Amino acid sequence: MDLGLDEQQEMLRNFARDFLEKECPEQLVRQMEEDEKGYSPDLWRKMAEQGWMGLIIPEQYGGAGMRITDLAVLLEEFGRFLVPGPFIPTVVLGAYPIMLAGSEEQKQRFLPRIAAGELIMTMALTEPSAKWDADGIQMEARQEGSDWVLNGTKLFVQDAHVTDYMVVAARTAKGANPEEGITLFLVDSRSPGIKFELLRTIASDKQCEVTFEDVRVPGENVLGEVGKGWPVVHRTKLLAAVAACSYLVGLAQQDFDITLNYAKERVQFGRPIGSFQAIQHKLADAVIDVDGCRFITYKAAWSLQENEPDAELMVSMAKAWCSEASRRVVAHGQQIHGGIGFTKDYKIQLYFRRQKWMELMWGDADYHRELVAQKLAI
Amino acid sequence: MDFRLSPEDEAFRQEVRSWLRENLPRDWEDQVPEGEAWEFTRHFTRKLAEKGWVVPHWPKEYGGLGLSLWRQLIFREEMSYHRAPLGYISIGADWAGPTIIVYGTEEQKREHLPRIARAEVMWCQGFSEPNAGSDLANLETRAVRDGDEYVVNGQKIWTSGAHRADWMILLARTDPEAPKHKGISYFLVDMKSPGITVRPLIDMMNNHGFNQVFFENVRVPARNLLGEENRGWYMATTTLNFERSSIGGAAASRRLLEDLVEYVRDSSLPEGRRLDDPRVRYQMGEAAVELEIGRLLSYRVVSLQERGQVPSYEASIAKLYNTEMGLRLARRGLAILGLYGQLQPKSRWARLRGRFERQYQWMTAMVVGGGTSEIQRNLIAIRGLGLPRD
Repeated sequence: MDLGLDEQQEMLRNFARDFLEKECPEQLVRQMEEDEKGYSPDLWRKMAEQGWMGLIIPEQYGGAGMRITDLAVLLEEFGRFLVPGPFIPTVVLGAYPIMLAGSEEQKQRFLPRIAAGELIMTMALTEPSAKWDADGIQMEARQEGSDWVLNGTKLFVQDAHVTDYMVVAARTAKGANPEEGITLFLVDSRSPGIKFELLRTIASDKQCEVTFEDVRVPGENVLGEVGKGWPVVHRTKLLAAVAACSYLVGLAQQDFDITLNYAKERVQFGRPIGSFQAIQHKLADAVIDVDGCRFITYKAAWSLQENEPDAELMVSMAKAWCSEASRRVVAHGQQIHGGIGFTKDYKIQLYFRRQKWMELMWGDADYHRELVAQKLAI
Repeated sequence: MDFRLSPEDEAFRQEVRSWLRENLPRDWEDQVPEGEAWEFTRHFTRKLAEKGWVVPHWPKEYGGLGLSLWRQLIFREEMSYHRAPLGYISIGADWAGPTIIVYGTEEQKREHLPRIARAEVMWCQGFSEPNAGSDLANLETRAVRDGDEYVVNGQKIWTSGAHRADWMILLARTDPEAPKHKGISYFLVDMKSPGITVRPLIDMMNNHGFNQVFFENVRVPARNLLGEENRGWYMATTTLNFERSSIGGAAASRRLLEDLVEYVRDSSLPEGRRLDDPRVRYQMGEAAVELEIGRLLSYRVVSLQERGQVPSYEASIAKLYNTEMGLRLARRGLAILGLYGQLQPKSRWARLRGRFERQYQWMTAMVVGGGTSEIQRNLIAIRGLGLPRD
């Protein structure tokens, strides 16, 4: 047993940290909040050159063939630097379900281009009901000849407006069990009948409302088997939750580091505020929260990677913990900064707002606590 | 990154488990080692000693097994999980012994270590005083050199097992003029020495575990000074470093949570299955998550040590988190048990054998003993995070 990074992961982390420090400065993060696309094509290309988009894609499809724990290490750095753009949607919500369920032809068609940074993807899953479960998928797809026709609305779709393809979950059959009758489609984002509208969010990230009006999808673009899409979505959600946790680990650590530094430098009553126990104890609690986030996330990533029998439990535990612990960390961050923390110019607010976004994505603490309780009951 | 124990370590866990099943009564409950329970504890610890399991973490040359850190962790987990009665042997095994191994003379080692390893002697720890709790270095008990002896006068408090102990590790002031950390010495004291009075200090659970110990002109041979005179504080803080991962607390909490899971799943209760109540589900989900965090924070301490690093504030984190988590778990358990939660173990109507009533009180002591939560937060902030002292 070893809770730390192996040598290769240390290298990946150190490299990513140096790279992002240079290539993803605070100024870029701020620019992208105002930018319509929400990402820098230049940075995207440079990240692709590092092989990051293909990190977990098998080598035979042009990837690096690395593993889920490696991705977690990288995404921790993404959280530290608040890297804007469709990286997680492309890798986790696009490439991963294709790796899980794609035909050989689909893998050949998509994975090498994703790995090369040529394709941007996302998954269109949630709808106005804002549910993560299978019964939240009401959008209909009906068959017409060899094509399928999609109608309906997807909401909270990350970065959809800049994608080339979306994995769309739609209902092709209705029955007693909502997990049956869901089919996944690889949909060209420029198909006629698709409209994107950007949502204005707390994190100034780019989530979309995506409307589908008689959108035709060729039969060859069904991902996996008709009616059997939910297990693929489910598995993808697990990795997406681990990705969100990893991002939160880095985000919380950085918010904490900035705050700790501030507490050492800010002088009131003739001494650094970090010399007051009221501040020290907040910071002690915060570092426990950060450490807890890190180790439960590592364990969840590892369990998923190794297909451990309790992998799903670990993922839910991780997301339940990280969602709230990271919120406590950034709340302390705001409080310890006092007034300056509330200003737009100072950096700590960037972390505060994005924490809430990742807290909500892929199930908040209440959602995952319930899943934990369900698994205890078995 | 690897969260799996080696097959050999897993086999060791199985060995410990099956030994415990053979050597503990099926319905064994955690309890204060008094009366019959004391007799059984003595019997049990002698059997442990036959296996070398009183001091499995010591080097072989001193009668230990030289177990790897992970096996020590496994061992402690299983002992706590199975509520194994250890009496007060851990004070000798985890505190006195390791300090003697590091600082003791050959003679001291020969005299004390084998007897600790064989569970022949019990030790107690004379550190805290009425005016030296969190501020331990403020201790006032005096030891004055007189020829080949020291004469000790003063008072100790919270001395667990002093009424059962054969020996005590004692901190006493030998230089009242020096700054307070630099005038303290570390002694090994025979509890049968004339002038020692042990008085019970009954806790709020109505148990006798703690004592007050009074010293009136107690003569301690100078050869029972451990290490150098006036260096006791630094030796004591190393001693405080030995029992660090707090894994025992996490494992005991895990057992309690499992009890609680079984309870909330029971559909034969007159009030119905508790797990169907969303408030109960929320509490159980949260408890399970917190428990896993506690376990990982303890494992992290060992993982660091295995990598050759010396944990410092990480151990404080494990202690702080696991005791506070254990207290929260006890509160959750009581809330779920409702009116039944208040019943003591001996009550005919008690549920889960009244364990949560006991635990709720006991954990309020655990967040104080061994360094209060507030002291742990201070240590984390100052040693770990480098924040300035006031």
